[in-house]
Amino acid sequence: MRSFEYIRASKPEDAVRSGATIIAGGTNLLDLMKLEVMTPETLVDVTRLDMKSIDADDDGVRIGALVTNSDLAADPHIRRDYAVLSRALLAGASGQLRNKATTGGNLLQRTRCTYFTDTSQPCNKRDPGSGCAAIGGKNRILAILGASEKCIATHPSDMAVAMRALDARVEIRGHDGEIRLATLDDFYLLPGGNPEKETILGEGDLITSIHIPKPEPGKHIYRKVRDRSSYAFALVSVGGVLGIEGGKIAHASLAFGGLAPRPWRNAELEHALVGQTPDAALFDRAADILLADAKGQGDNDFKIPLARRTLKAALRELTGVSQ
Amino acid sequence: MKITLNVNATPHDLELDPRTSLLDALRDHLDLTGSKKGCDHGQCGACTVLVNGRRINSCLALAVMHEGDEITTIEGVGTPDHLSPLQKAFIRHDGYQCGYCTPGQIMSATGMLNEVAEGWPSNVTADLEGDTDLTREELSERMSGNLCRCSAYPGIVAAIFDAAEEDRPGADQKSIEEKRVAAE
Repeated sequence: MRSFEYIRASKPEDAVRSGATIIAGGTNLLDLMKLEVMTPETLVDVTRLDMKSIDADDDGVRIGALVTNSDLAADPHIRRDYAVLSRALLAGASGQLRNKATTGGNLLQRTRCTYFTDTSQPCNKRDPGSGCAAIGGKNRILAILGASEKCIATHPSDMAVAMRALDARVEIRGHDGEIRLATLDDFYLLPGGNPEKETILGEGDLITSIHIPKPEPGKHIYRKVRDRSSYAFALVSVGGVLGIEGGKIAHASLAFGGLAPRPWRNAELEHALVGQTPDAALFDRAADILLADAKGQGDNDFKIPLARRTLKAALRELTGVSQ
Repeated sequence: MKITLNVNATPHDLELDPRTSLLDALRDHLDLTGSKKGCDHGQCGACTVLVNGRRINSCLALAVMHEGDEITTIEGVGTPDHLSPLQKAFIRHDGYQCGYCTPGQIMSATGMLNEVAEGWPSNVTADLEGDTDLTREELSERMSGNLCRCSAYPGIVAAIFDAAEEDRPGADQKSIEEKRVAAE
């Protein structure tokens, strides 16, 4: 690991330092620092800041950036009203990691693309302009949607998929102390020509909390398909909330993990479901919409039919329609 | 950098490079070599310790970030003369072969049983708002962050169930002991 200066923040202003990297749980950052994939010169430890509460009311919930993944998953409000979020958190990592990893840090997890973590390989995300060894290489776990010719990495977070389905907004404290809110759609950038830039966060920005509006009544699920039944990243995951009234789908919000550089959501797919009577033909149509632009890279071609089947299984579970 | 680490209820003054992981601080600076370095990347669980009562991977933690925290290692849960219920159960059930993962297994199980007692759900819990019952499936899911390359899992699982039984509120300690004597 490269040497760095360690600074312990006692107030949010301390996080505003030129060139500094923020550390909280550190479960992903320290791993990448050991591999020298990330080489910060200054680490600002924000774990002493007052960002550890979960405040729920009738309109929604505000989750402090330092709430651990395990505290969030076990919170009674989250288990009752935001079950997809509890489910997604519990489907990720291990008991030890969930006890350390934080809400803000989970959003900023880096891809598990093996070329990103291998410093002997070219990677446009780690070393801009060096090329992408995953395209034409081993890409079984990588993206079929939203990728570019520069980068086909996937975002690894389960939590962020649930948050995307729940219309979460990220509260960001800017370098000047100004607070702004960003939807996850705006927060995460697609790789395009600059895969090294993953979010809208700029220098001095600090994630302070996540705001989630209370979802409409409905069924919540998080369905994750992976190589092992525990402690493995998603090949494909579907999280969402769906409500039925009078035999028709009244509302549906669905987000997908394992498919794209960011938690994926498709408004057209949701519009196609709402107002319809759930049946197999409708579920097929939804999958057609989701995968219309899907592009396999060879090893990961299997994700296209897998995503179709996973979405259909999720819709059967959400609607109770088995045919 | 000068820091004080509270380990097993004893404060220790240390001078550390900020890069020092909590695991390396314990092993190389405090001679507490019970916590093991397996993968050093948070994948195997051999380095598991408790921080403020919660299990974490000490390899993915910077020692300097844990000043003021209460750290408990395998040396703090029992001694050869006074073993913890889990330690005794691992011996009874032969919950190891080479023994390298054992301190991590025991620390993880210690934290895990606290999580169950607090009613935390897991990925395999059917009802998020229901009671938490430590079934075989629950145990495997909750212990998935600890690997045993010897694959002594049957003994590990039996040991954790045994200790959990003893830990259960209202458990009949006498009948548990009688059953054990009979089994031996």
